[in-house]
Amino acid sequence: MKLQVNGTVHELDIEPDMPLLWALRDELNIKGPKFGCGAGLCGACTVIIDGQATRSCQTAVGDVTSNVRTIDGLGKPDALHRVQQAWLDEQVVQCGYCQAGQIMNAVALLEANPTPSDKDIDDAMSGNLCRCGTYPRIRAAIKRAAAGQQTGA
Amino acid sequence: MASIGKIARRTFLVGAAAVAGGVAFGYYKYRQPLENPLTKDLANGEATFNPYIKIASDNRITVIVPRAEMGQGAFTTLAALVAEELDVTLDQIEIEHGPAAPAYYNDAALREGAPFPAFDHSMVAETVRNAMGVVGKFLALQMTGGSSSLADGYEKMRLAGATARETLKAAAAQKLGVSAASLNTEAGKVIDPKSGKSLTYGELALDAAKIDPPSDVALKPRSQWKLLGKPQQRKDMPAKVTGQPIFGIDVQLPDMLYATVRMNPQPGGAMKSFDASEALKMRGVKKVIAIDSLYGKGFAVIADNTWRAFKAADAVKVVWADGPGHRNDAEAKKILASTIAAGGGFSLRSAGDPEKAFADAPREKLVEAEYYAPFLSHATMEPMNATARLKDGVLDVWSPNQAPSVIKIIGARLTKLADDKINAHTTFLGGGFGRRIEPDFSDYAIRIAMETEGRPVKVTWTREEDMSHGPYRPAALAKYRARLGNDGFPVAIHGSVASPSVMAGMVGRIMPGLPTAGPDNLILDGTYNQPYTIPNYRIDGYKAPLSTPVASWRSVGNSFNAFMNESFIDELAHAGKIDPLEFRRKLMADYPTAIAILDKLKTFSDWGKPIDQTRAQGIAFTLSFGTWVGEVVQVKDENGSIRVEKVWIVADPGMVLDPLNFRAQMMSGAIYGLSAAIGQQISFKDGAPEQSNFSDYDALRMNQCPDIVIEILENSGHLGGAGEPATPPVMAALANAIFALNGKRIRSMPLNGEISFV
Repeated sequence: MKLQVNGTVHELDIEPDMPLLWALRDELNIKGPKFGCGAGLCGACTVIIDGQATRSCQTAVGDVTSNVRTIDGLGKPDALHRVQQAWLDEQVVQCGYCQAGQIMNAVALLEANPTPSDKDIDDAMSGNLCRCGTYPRIRAAIKRAAAGQQTGA
Repeated sequence: MASIGKIARRTFLVGAAAVAGGVAFGYYKYRQPLENPLTKDLANGEATFNPYIKIASDNRITVIVPRAEMGQGAFTTLAALVAEELDVTLDQIEIEHGPAAPAYYNDAALREGAPFPAFDHSMVAETVRNAMGVVGKFLALQMTGGSSSLADGYEKMRLAGATARETLKAAAAQKLGVSAASLNTEAGKVIDPKSGKSLTYGELALDAAKIDPPSDVALKPRSQWKLLGKPQQRKDMPAKVTGQPIFGIDVQLPDMLYATVRMNPQPGGAMKSFDASEALKMRGVKKVIAIDSLYGKGFAVIADNTWRAFKAADAVKVVWADGPGHRNDAEAKKILASTIAAGGGFSLRSAGDPEKAFADAPREKLVEAEYYAPFLSHATMEPMNATARLKDGVLDVWSPNQAPSVIKIIGARLTKLADDKINAHTTFLGGGFGRRIEPDFSDYAIRIAMETEGRPVKVTWTREEDMSHGPYRPAALAKYRARLGNDGFPVAIHGSVASPSVMAGMVGRIMPGLPTAGPDNLILDGTYNQPYTIPNYRIDGYKAPLSTPVASWRSVGNSFNAFMNESFIDELAHAGKIDPLEFRRKLMADYPTAIAILDKLKTFSDWGKPIDQTRAQGIAFTLSFGTWVGEVVQVKDENGSIRVEKVWIVADPGMVLDPLNFRAQMMSGAIYGLSAAIGQQISFKDGAPEQSNFSDYDALRMNQCPDIVIEILENSGHLGGAGEPATPPVMAALANAIFALNGKRIRSMPLNGEISFV
């Protein structure tokens, strides 16, 4: 089967019911999406498909027909995406394990809604668990990225 | 307070064995310098000065941070200790966890484990603390825990930077023909201010490393610090916002296999039988093996993909035997209560004669209460995992761990290899909270690697496996009793706490055979050692015979004792009709550090000012890991459900080495504690844990997270920890706020057993 990830098409010989997460991590060595719960409860595995934040642990790879965006294709340390830069500016991260999922979820939110309210942020982000308790800084980073998006900064 | 003679007679677990052992070994061997583990693996052109510093001719400067970076920021702040004295910027250095080696022992964790309150700096207390430090070196415990990283590294790592700096200056002095004393250092260069000439550290490194460091290096006074005490950008942040493969679960090796384990969910239970015939037919499955370990009995599936291993594990038909532990929560509570009733506990605080004070007390002056805290899972975001390879007589283990020296102990036990044939590699940790000190995940991975003919194997646990297997934060039950005086303040308090011993459990798992009899002060941490002055005061601990494995969980004993003790203090304040903040103020009047916290908290939170009918505040205080913390929680009634609206934290760690990171740790600790207090428990049914995933063991979410504000004071005169001390008081402050709101006193965690939360 074919699977397009971050613009690159890969040829895979795997079971169509394999969760996208494990196709990415163990078959393609794309390690950005993280395994947290395997049940769509924590959001650590979040990727973006057709503009939607998607739990890759709950998505069968055989059902994926569009390009999959993961944090690995978002930005690099010397050329960060606006949301990643906001994360850095707010010094959001602690252990960092959930943050790839948090960032991808925030990117999807801001692409759909460039000026999210606190309620919008709650609604979009409450499915993403963080055990270090970085939520207040995640909220600040989303607002910072949104403001930068508005001014084009 | 216990006398030194009493302490020496006890077997104090690591502590107790430690005290006796340390004195027996004496100081001579302790004083011998430990080998620098970096000398073995130097690259061409690279020099090492001590176990913390490598400098290469091309000016690559590497700082070794021998404590696990699990989110607490140790990587950046510990490296800054070295960088400050070495006179390099944080941008100029690379940071590595480094190898597992005795040079990186953690004596501060053991020192804080001494059974004395942090405010007791008497000669006896200092003597025992120092003896424990000596033993830490013998046992070479390289562990991250006890909020001890900074206290442990504060002297050692600054001295490492300073002595290296002085040898670099000495090498420059030889080259330039001037005296070392006339030279300055700045940003990785030695500068001769007279001639204006400068030499980079890279140019000097190979010569400098041959020079014996001077023994009388002066450390910079605080006024000259450029990095310490100031907010730093975290060095691990760029990798973490770009999804780099830095965690244990991301380890990728050539020819690697993937595995998972399924162990009996009943602690200590055997595996009666398993039938892997269906599993072995499934795609990618290589092998199914039984695991019979000290830490669990079950099986492992080895495959060519993690998901295929998970799926095949589901297809294995297994029959578990019952474990020896309690069958359900009612039974656990009964065991805890009967342990206290049977007597024979140990006392770590004793003043006056509480029994005498109770004997003639009028009924209306007596206050009694019983509290309960459940077993808890650590629920790190990254499930347990480890990668192991046993090839050509060398064992390598890569894992997110808090104790690489423990992995070497386990590895040697299983493979019989010599210590120098075992390498423990520490990756970044997706959370630790105490869980990753444990040997189980490494033990299983090593056993599996012994079956894969030299191929590396990454063993990943499912979330369900992670959550349904401890070791857990222990359940605890406490009975408190007090007599109030006519002025409303207590003349006597007697607390009795029963809980299974974390220390006995950990020692038994890591070093089976070491004596673990005797008291465990962890059972009383957060209650016996609080700065309250009560004329008749007694706090007793009881090691409860619950066999469920229990472990360190962020703040350990404080995590339940603070809830119980600080709820009881609040109950006494209300019974005595005294404001709970003023009540504590009077009881802690002997401790200016605590008074300053309460005074700051009062103005900071507008304590006592009327707020509307739907809101109320609660307060609690805990001194833990050398850091004094007062917290106020404000709750709001939203249509019968409780919203945690705001948390005010005032903390005094003596000195703050990075205020940005310290604040992050306070916030993190409070949210972790709120998650537990509101809704977490591992309950047991038919001998097995009932919870399996974040659906039934959730934590605070973005929409539930309160506004958290923090003030830092620096009065205590003792460098305290950061990772744990904000967790204990928040649980009691929340319960106390709920009482203030609606008069409902909840004495059992999680609080959502009795009231709903938004």
